[in-house]
Amino acid sequence: MFMFTMLKLRSGNMEIPKSFLGYKRENGRAGTRNHVIILPVDDISNACAEAVANNIKGTIALPHSYGRLQFGADLELHFRTMIGTGKNPNVAAVIVIGIEPKWTKRIVDAIAKTGKPVEGFSIEGVGDIDTIAKVSKKAQELSMWASEKQREECPMSDLWISVKCGESDTTSGLASNPTVGNLMDKLEPLGVHLCFGETSELTGAENVCAKRGKTKEAQDKFLKTWSNYNDFILKEATDDLSESQPTAGNIAGGLTTIEEKAFGNFQKIGSRQFIDVLEPAEEPKKGKGLYFMDTSSAAAECVTLQAAGGFNIHLFPTGQGNIIGNPIEPVIKLTANPLTVKTMSEHIDVDVSKILSRQMNLDQAGDELIKATIRVANGRLTCAEALGHKEFVMTKLYRSA
Amino acid sequence: MASTDIIIHDEKDNVGVVVIEKITPNQECNCWIMENDKSAKIQSKNEIPLGHKIAMIDLNEGDTILKYGHDIGKVVKSIKKGEHVHVHNVKTKKW
Repeated sequence: MFMFTMLKLRSGNMEIPKSFLGYKRENGRAGTRNHVIILPVDDISNACAEAVANNIKGTIALPHSYGRLQFGADLELHFRTMIGTGKNPNVAAVIVIGIEPKWTKRIVDAIAKTGKPVEGFSIEGVGDIDTIAKVSKKAQELSMWASEKQREECPMSDLWISVKCGESDTTSGLASNPTVGNLMDKLEPLGVHLCFGETSELTGAENVCAKRGKTKEAQDKFLKTWSNYNDFILKEATDDLSESQPTAGNIAGGLTTIEEKAFGNFQKIGSRQFIDVLEPAEEPKKGKGLYFMDTSSAAAECVTLQAAGGFNIHLFPTGQGNIIGNPIEPVIKLTANPLTVKTMSEHIDVDVSKILSRQMNLDQAGDELIKATIRVANGRLTCAEALGHKEFVMTKLYRSA
Repeated sequence: MASTDIIIHDEKDNVGVVVIEKITPNQECNCWIMENDKSAKIQSKNEIPLGHKIAMIDLNEGDTILKYGHDIGKVVKSIKKGEHVHVHNVKTKKW
């Protein structure tokens, strides 16, 4: 018994669990959820996808606003997001519906490489009503098939954890973001994949952040990515971005400048180093460890891209109370702001406000967050899931052709 | 342990963050410096709400605000020790 205890990894006073209960997928990944999704390729296929999801229980539609006449890097990002969402291990099976068969097939074929069931349908020459009937039959079959999947013991290294903060205030930088950093420091040695993003919200901390690149290559790639984003903002800005970055909510919470917000944001990665810089929605390819993904700092856009990169559980520290969720990746919210805990309790999964009154230290808060993360990975609904938050927001790089 | 009214991230910082619901004018505030676990005291000049910053020293126009031990912006209107520090007297150096 003594030996057994000695062999377990310790964190503060808590033994870090070595496994969670997940859904093993055909390609070796593991999911924390078991969704059957109806994925529209384009805006005009939303109605059909939503009708099918309404007909067939156990399926969810992921409506969005784009997918027509996009071109170049913007179109590539659209495909990458669609395909990555379908490939995510939290998804058991996929139905893709597009207005025409060609782009639909491109998405179906790429998702099929995971080995999971995926089927495509197109509406042109058929119409919505007959398509809905045909798709509903297939959706029923997949929903009933997926409902028999059982959770099995999976190593912690099957967790791919993404992080992003929102409606931050100074309590984020003081406590809730460092709590996420503490979790990263404790879980990275177990072989998890980790991801942070929010390129524009590192402005002011960009050089400090770049130094966290594990290699010269990763450092240079980060600075190039940040500069490109910053040049774009400077080109489009019509004022000093007051109330956009920081947001009006950030300012109400006491954050004064983008630099202050950036150093707070940066606390989320603890003392970790990142091994690579990912394009938006790009899947990591360099193995376990921390990745930076080039994303917008808007919550739903960022989480949608991270889920498309393959991340299966999300940690979201908030100050003033951002309420975001995602249809396929459970979003766990934590806050250190005692007023937010009091006024918005139905949105807060983990309360770390006792750090501010010094009744809790970061090590204890990190342990609490690990426990909550494993419970959610095992199937406990997050506040956002229970409240029906399913924000699926595609990032669009520029106008369509 | 005395109750903490203000937390300061780094010893180098010239601002602290209010961590109670609010501090009132002329309040003797207990500060805790996270980096080195030291304590300090400061008397407030304004009412300052939770999450907002207080100046730990007198600051002149053009001075740099340090928080997390790093540059987070410039003073655009002079600030006295104990006063509220926010968008009315500090601006970004970036945008």
